[in-house]
Amino acid sequence: MAPKLPPQPPLQHNTTAVADGQSHGHAAPPKGILRWLLTTNHKEIGSLYLIFSLTMFFIGGIFALVVRAELFQPGLQLVEPEFFNQMTTMHGLIMVFAAVMPAFTGLANWMIPLQIGAPDMALPRLNNFSFWLLPVSFTLLLSTLLMPGGGPNFGWTFYAPLSTNFAPPSTTFFILALHIAGISSILGAINIIATILNMRAPGMRLMDMPLFVWTWLITAFLLIAVMPVLAGVITMMLMDINFGTSFFDAAGGGDPVLFQHLFWFFGHPEVYIMILPAFGIVSAIIPTFARKPLFGYASMVYATAAIALLSFLVWAHHMFIVGLPLVAELFFMYSTMLIAVPTGVKVFNWVTTLFRGSISFESPMLFALAFVVLFTIGGFSGLMLAIAPADFQYHDTYFVVAHFHYVLVPGAIFAIMAGVYYWLPKWTGHYPNEKLAQWHFWFSIIGVNLTFFPMHFAGLAGMPRRIPDYALQFADFNLLSSIGAFFFGASQLLFVLGVILCVRGGKKAPAKAWEGAEDLEWTVPSPAPLHTFETPPVFHRTSH
Amino acid sequence: MSSGSYYVPASSRWPVLGSVALGAMMVGTGIKLVYDTGLPLVLIGVAGILAVMGLWFRDVISESRGGLYDDQMDRSFRWGMGWFIFSEVMFFAAFFGALFYVRMFAIPWLGGEGAKGVSALLWPDFVATWPLLNPPDSSIAGPEQVFSPWQLPLVNTLILITSSITLTVAHEALKVGDRKTCRNWLTGTVLLGCCFIMIQGVEYYEAYAHYGITLEAGIFGATFFILTGFHGVHVIIGTLILAAMLVRIIKGHFGDENHFGFEASCWYWHFVDVVWVGLFIFVYVL
Repeated sequence: MAPKLPPQPPLQHNTTAVADGQSHGHAAPPKGILRWLLTTNHKEIGSLYLIFSLTMFFIGGIFALVVRAELFQPGLQLVEPEFFNQMTTMHGLIMVFAAVMPAFTGLANWMIPLQIGAPDMALPRLNNFSFWLLPVSFTLLLSTLLMPGGGPNFGWTFYAPLSTNFAPPSTTFFILALHIAGISSILGAINIIATILNMRAPGMRLMDMPLFVWTWLITAFLLIAVMPVLAGVITMMLMDINFGTSFFDAAGGGDPVLFQHLFWFFGHPEVYIMILPAFGIVSAIIPTFARKPLFGYASMVYATAAIALLSFLVWAHHMFIVGLPLVAELFFMYSTMLIAVPTGVKVFNWVTTLFRGSISFESPMLFALAFVVLFTIGGFSGLMLAIAPADFQYHDTYFVVAHFHYVLVPGAIFAIMAGVYYWLPKWTGHYPNEKLAQWHFWFSIIGVNLTFFPMHFAGLAGMPRRIPDYALQFADFNLLSSIGAFFFGASQLLFVLGVILCVRGGKKAPAKAWEGAEDLEWTVPSPAPLHTFETPPVFHRTSH
Repeated sequence: MSSGSYYVPASSRWPVLGSVALGAMMVGTGIKLVYDTGLPLVLIGVAGILAVMGLWFRDVISESRGGLYDDQMDRSFRWGMGWFIFSEVMFFAAFFGALFYVRMFAIPWLGGEGAKGVSALLWPDFVATWPLLNPPDSSIAGPEQVFSPWQLPLVNTLILITSSITLTVAHEALKVGDRKTCRNWLTGTVLLGCCFIMIQGVEYYEAYAHYGITLEAGIFGATFFILTGFHGVHVIIGTLILAAMLVRIIKGHFGDENHFGFEASCWYWHFVDVVWVGLFIFVYVL
């Protein structure tokens, strides 16, 4: 089961790539905690993002386990329904905005400058600002749980008027916290675009960039396009709550459905923000361990762009039952189905890259392969949900929960973990413990399927989401899901253990840590010195 | 493309202080709104943000004048500012989108149009009009009347369009090194910005005192104030930025070719101007 690592090439000294390491006009960085508070270094900020994200992953995970514990058997036993609502809401908000998005931003911070041969991000101080807004934002968000009336309890989609007329007083703080997180995302995205467009090594054209860089370029565009819309819609909520406006109140001529349109105009691109960088990571790992160049590089780029553009035209598929005109139902149904085409191109390219490759199954590859299979399952259930008349039955059932957890957990999160195992040797100079990583993988894949696969059946049988109690016929499915959730949650401790062990020691990694890895980051030593590419490397076009 | 001389700043204390100040402002705002206290915290936060911005920009200006920046850094600033303005465009797009949705769909449906007809059952006597003077529910008082676009709004439109022209004249003068002309026209632009803000203040006073246009006056008041309000805030910020540029011109900053700080301010001002034209058409005229 655990194959040996591929034979390692001797340490490469690429003198153009690693010019004079640490020196070069930098005063010694401040010591202790100040170093992390004041840093402008993309690697340190990347690590901060990743540590923050991992912390929030566990906090959001504990919220999910509260939900699963309550749903372990029918009836109300552990928590009040009011608190259950806060847990489902906070689980969603924390996982989306504080775990998945910062994890990808952390990987972008670490890897984009290394992959394009840049000395740092284009705007390093802004980079620090983007990160340090996050702890401020999410401390405020989490503190709402302790406020009178409790925290947000209206679901992570915070539909008005539930989130305006009928919400706890802490909603105002929730809105302000989300504003801070939004500012962080926008500034981070601006920085990433400026870095990619302006900081590439001489000779590297756009169509020479690794796909992780490409997918992040497009993701950053999506972020800049839709985070301000989120800011706008939560500002309207703030006004409705505190200043007596009637944006989402039909009594004054507004419309609750307006909230849903604006929210999902943000929300649908948002879900691609959480998956496009995952595509990039998988597109780096599969060629490395299949020891073949990526099949269809250009079509991967165009498919990513096509998915991003389509994401602006499909938002109302989240609202099929709200009472849209028929023509809107049809338009959004067909435009949603169209997304399967570029996504299919991607899956085809990954599979074709594997075809006749010399495949080995190290932990990054295992996670990447699981991503391809399980993300595709999530894609298919998405296609089922896209069919408007069918969605009338599926809407707000556990089938929807199953669908988006398949694309987010074995989708986005498996890709993040694949990326972490793939790049840990570059970050720490050590290979992660492969045996531990493989145990983590197999536990995770069993846990994830045990948790989420039964939800398809519960949902198709009619179990509604976000309700703390359920009818007896759903008991077996929920029992399985709850066991799976605790199993999955516990097995993530192996991940933390593996990362800590890898930071502290382990088998030394050479510059090119994986035999089949081709991108620029593998030309600098492992661990990558604090400052890399201060003199730009000369980029030699290989194969795409 | 990399030149090899890209300036990577050493560690800086401004960003983290800025995020603490922003957090203080947000927490203070929340406490003020929910518990009606905590104004000092808001003020501390705002003062902190302004101080951090001043000190951060001071560092950037001194680095720029110290010759640490190259063409590549200049392009980073250009991309950064360009995409920032795009994010602002999308912010206003949300409010314009809300306005269009309400006018095109929500209100006609409440009035009985369309195949759905459900919302029409809620208030059978409701008559769909725009501007919406009589909101569906009688508990909400609509505006008594709305502004004629051909009075103060037209004056403000002419002021902002003129200010874009005067700013361009100032910029062209800076490019050829005619700093005196630049200073004069930039002063004019700042004054026009101040005029706009004052007239908008008068209009807001009129809205509340004589027109019955308030935040509580149904969807017309809501869309009116969120669009003109955020635009007004942007004009205030833009005027402050241009005033800062004026100070820098007087202090002898900026080269004939190397003056992106000035140019970015111009971009921002033109953006604010274009938003106003959209506002004038869709909020006041149509």
